[in-house]
Amino acid sequence: MTLYVILEAIISLLLIAGGTFAFIGSLGMAHLRDFYMRLHGPTKATTLGIGCILIASMGYFGILNGQPVVQDMLITLFLFITAPVSAHLLAKTGLHLQLRYVDKTRGHPVELQDEEVGQTPMSPGGPADRDPVTLDKRPSDR
Amino acid sequence: MIRPRSWLPIPMLSLLLLVVWLLLVRSLAFGQILLGGALAIAIPLLTHRFWDVQPRVKRPGLLLRYILRVLGDIVVANFQVAWLILNPWRRSRPHFVEYPLMLEERFTITLLASTISLTPGTVSANVRMDGKTLLIHALDAEDDEALIEQIRERYERPLKEIYEC
Repeated sequence: MTLYVILEAIISLLLIAGGTFAFIGSLGMAHLRDFYMRLHGPTKATTLGIGCILIASMGYFGILNGQPVVQDMLITLFLFITAPVSAHLLAKTGLHLQLRYVDKTRGHPVELQDEEVGQTPMSPGGPADRDPVTLDKRPSDR
Repeated sequence: MIRPRSWLPIPMLSLLLLVVWLLLVRSLAFGQILLGGALAIAIPLLTHRFWDVQPRVKRPGLLLRYILRVLGDIVVANFQVAWLILNPWRRSRPHFVEYPLMLEERFTITLLASTISLTPGTVSANVRMDGKTLLIHALDAEDDEALIEQIRERYERPLKEIYEC
């Protein structure tokens, strides 16, 4: 009997931790400063949040109720495969649309610099030498 | 690309699809096996053009260790990101880093990019067309040299040993 109480306590803790992490991830998405920073919340905090909830679910249905738990494991697997891919695609789209980023970001990738027709990105006098697109400076020609 | 040799272009994928289907519907009824079998044949036939030849796992023991390490890092990453989000004295230093790739196969580069997205403070943003550099956005990075070195030692070298050596 006491074993069940301990198990239930662990499962409850996992559920609370999972909910907290999912909430923090969403909070990060709401109030971080630019698109690229906002990506970090959902890819990481939410993954662990849902992972915790799934472990709790596996514990509850697998150990306490004695049912097979393969479906939860499949959900975990799909989650870990799809989360980085969707994050990568979102980041790529952001780069393609040249979304602006906060000024203190260091490193200026060529993907985010203005390009003129017929110019190769790396050529001298090309976009690499010009100002990057940041939140505080709007490019005048768009 | 894999040539369509027959009606079963990628046998392992077909088997995996059948097993996943049976696990999802959670039954071993004849009808479900039939339906799963039909899917397991149809999906690889429709999608085999997208599939690369997967490199063979040369050192399964190392792969297991790599998976465990990545799982541990995911937990650490979550605490770091949660702290950065909640920290009232926001001192995060976002950083775009260009990471020069050592890996050559597209499959292993995909694995590395996914790992980077799931682990501490970094999201892989773009694989350049030439497949030689990876653009990474870091939420909080001291300097890019250390970050590159960390990724190379922790993830890329094991992946290279597992698949490409």
